[in-house]
Amino acid sequence: MNEHIIVRTTNVTKSFQLGRHELQVLKGISLKIAAGRYISIMGPSGSGKSTLFNMIGGLDKPTSGKVFIDEVDIAQLDAYELAWLRCRKIGYIFQTFNLIPVMTALENVTLPMIFAGTGNDEAMERGMELLRLVGLDQRHSHRPSELSGGQQQRVAVARALANNPAIILADEPTGNLDLKTGEEIIGLLKQMSSERGVTIISATHDFKMLNVSDEVIWIRDGRIDKIEQRDELNISMGTIE
Amino acid sequence: MERLAALPFAKSVEIAYKSIRVRFFRSLVTTASLVLAVAFLCYVQVVNHIATGLLQSGDPVALRALVRAGYDINGITAIGESAQQQWLVSLSLLVCVVGIINAQLMAVSERFREIGTMKCLGALDRVIMLLFLLEAGMQGFAGSLLGVLVGLLAGVASAAISLGTIALSGLPLAALAMTALQSILVGCLLSLIGVLYPAIAAARMEPVEAMRVEQ
Ligand SMILES: Nc1ncnc2c1ncn2[C@@H]1O[C@H](COP(=O)(O)OP(=O)(O)O)[C@@H](O)[C@H]1O
Ligand SMILES: [Mg+2]
Repeated sequence: MNEHIIVRTTNVTKSFQLGRHELQVLKGISLKIAAGRYISIMGPSGSGKSTLFNMIGGLDKPTSGKVFIDEVDIAQLDAYELAWLRCRKIGYIFQTFNLIPVMTALENVTLPMIFAGTGNDEAMERGMELLRLVGLDQRHSHRPSELSGGQQQRVAVARALANNPAIILADEPTGNLDLKTGEEIIGLLKQMSSERGVTIISATHDFKMLNVSDEVIWIRDGRIDKIEQRDELNISMGTIE
Repeated sequence: MERLAALPFAKSVEIAYKSIRVRFFRSLVTTASLVLAVAFLCYVQVVNHIATGLLQSGDPVALRALVRAGYDINGITAIGESAQQQWLVSLSLLVCVVGIINAQLMAVSERFREIGTMKCLGALDRVIMLLFLLEAGMQGFAGSLLGVLVGLLAGVASAAISLGTIALSGLPLAALAMTALQSILVGCLLSLIGVLYPAIAAARMEPVEAMRVEQ
């Protein structure tokens, strides 16, 4: 393969100290993710998906092993470079939406642009464009508390796209949504992936995600269980049904 | 990897201002003790300034009023704070700082998720720190302004009651203005001191730590 590898992890482990016990949550994860693909990280609750999400996103440090984004070891980054990575390179989507409660939808979407040094007018214009993309331009002046869960998550998707990131990391993006709104969010993510070439990495145990994924990484008990490509997936899905 | 540029100061001010405007009642709780402490500080000084003004006027009617009100004016040229007043003022300022620290710690812990999210969006530690300091500065200024207003009114009223209407003739305006200014400065300073530790704690937090907190 001569694809551009955008995320690579080598033997990543993560342990948490719980009193006198050490709980090893990730037990050596090595994976390569090619740019532009839609990846689902599947696994039961407690298998370590969120922990892996945090490692890949530069939100937490592995106990051992390395995470490379565009072949740069993120453990070597200083605070300013790490902030740049989080701001420009990666867009995050969370299960609990995590919009800033005191800000309007538009302000939430433009905040990462402001952090990135984008001027006010340009930020407003692009913010409105993104809200239009997720179908919420009419609600730009509403605060999160005035929006439904699905609408909040759509604002979060728009926010994740604010600085045209190369990667969107989503941790259970449909976890707090009902079936229909969950499907809308998945559809949006798929659209971003195919239209903009954004690499989507989504931790989930929502089987609706399987249909849109190019590749599924199955995690069980802190290890990679198996990695399936889209064509293999259809076959195994076919046999299940 | 490229580096993120600093957030323009004006933008930080804007974000901080919006934040306290929306959280108006939270801000009120945080500043309540400050308003009281600044009002008390200002009140004590206003009363003393008015008494000093009367003393220095040399007007026998004024001097009699002072003696009647219980001032010991033998051989002094100005009426300062008594040891007891100094003690009370210091104590009230101390209680106020403790109150602010407490209120700010609560305010910060209510906002852990928000802080973690901001860090994920690219906020540096110093940006988080600056936002909290700016919010505290603005709250301090608004709270002190209110406190000074209360203190001035209460001081003048109290002087008028204990010394009679003569207290209102020829108020020492320059001295009162100076006191107001000083009280506002003290108030802002206390507000900043009170937020320092909570702001440092918030800024140092790793994004995952901040977001794991159940809210
Ligand atoms: N900060 C932490 N401290 C202690 N244990 C943790 C911490 N974070 C996660 N865990 C534990 O690690 C395991 C995996 O968690 P997580 O990555 O959130 O799983 P998933 O997202 O797949 O449900 C769980 O048993 C969880 O309790
Ligand atoms: Mg999880």
